[in-house]
Amino acid sequence: MMPYFKFDYFSVDFSLVIAFVIGIAFGFVLERGGFGNARILAAQFYFSNMRVLKVMFTAIITAAIGLFYFTWIGWLDLSLVYTTDTFLIPQIVGGVFLGIGFIVGGYCPGTSFVSASTGRIDGMVYILGIFFGIFVFGETLPLFENFFNSTPMGRVTLYDYTGLSHGLVLFLVVLMALGAFAAAEWGEKIMAKKNGRSAE
Amino acid sequence: MTHGGKNLEPKPYSNPYLVGLSLGLVLLAAFLIMGRGLGASGAVSTAVAVGVSKVAPEHASQNNFYKEYLGDETANPFKDWLVFQILGVIVGGFISGMLTHRVKVTVEKGPNISVRNRLIFAFIGGGFIGFGAKMARGCMSGQALTGGAFLNLGSWAAMMTIFAAAYGLAYFVRRQWL
Repeated sequence: MMPYFKFDYFSVDFSLVIAFVIGIAFGFVLERGGFGNARILAAQFYFSNMRVLKVMFTAIITAAIGLFYFTWIGWLDLSLVYTTDTFLIPQIVGGVFLGIGFIVGGYCPGTSFVSASTGRIDGMVYILGIFFGIFVFGETLPLFENFFNSTPMGRVTLYDYTGLSHGLVLFLVVLMALGAFAAAEWGEKIMAKKNGRSAE
Repeated sequence: MTHGGKNLEPKPYSNPYLVGLSLGLVLLAAFLIMGRGLGASGAVSTAVAVGVSKVAPEHASQNNFYKEYLGDETANPFKDWLVFQILGVIVGGFISGMLTHRVKVTVEKGPNISVRNRLIFAFIGGGFIGFGAKMARGCMSGQALTGGAFLNLGSWAAMMTIFAAAYGLAYFVRRQWL
């Protein structure tokens, strides 16, 4: 029965080996996608290269379909898969900070590690910034701890919240992703024509 | 590497849909094997918490945020899923970069900004991301990607806000990129 770790197929120490191997695959794939390069990532927000959207939504629907399918055939106990509890308002505020950091700095935390390991100095400086931001959060948290823990909604998914079935929500998400892909391809063509060059 | 090793031009990036499919399968493997997803900012949180507790142990022990990452004193805080995972990310990114001749010591920026200013922006951006990742209870890896695939409500709210904020601000920082 999956997830294997939750059924004691292996020890905590061995789980760290798995973490390292999965991390290697994660970093490898991010680099393949061009995500070690801030210019590629930032291009998403000027509509000239929509790689971020294409990669992210393809990854999300791939893993989401996998989770649904393995649960449906009874191999996976989805209730044992860890996911963060929702604290709606602080998470929306956090999202604003993340969006600002993304367009100003050119990376997100994961991609900045790939950029640094492939020699990008801006990626290394960005990581120093992450350390600083987290330190500031830690030091100032006592001032807004009530806000940070406000609007708690527990472990809640889109299908719990809407009352629709898991399958239907997944289907709608896949449809939305396909629509986004079509729009991205179309947008890149328009921008390429406008700029007189291709997206890459 | 081509025959003779003469052609060391960086190779073009891979097809984004193929990359997305691969990334999704890596994430799915983490879910199925470990029962948890990917993350990046958590490892930095552990390092910050340990750093603060080394300098000011009393101060750190009174802070709920640091306490969470320090855990009880029975185990080394660095023996953590996210810490080992981010070490893997560094290695995996480097391997792929070497194979495609994309490892290069450089600063990524648009043509209209100085290196110094780009690095200042990089630090500021990292600062916002660090703070935001903790406020949102995860970064793009932990919330947008992992929580997104789980169809987690808070993750989708954070993801939509990330894109909205970045698009909203893009015009004002365009000199950095265009």
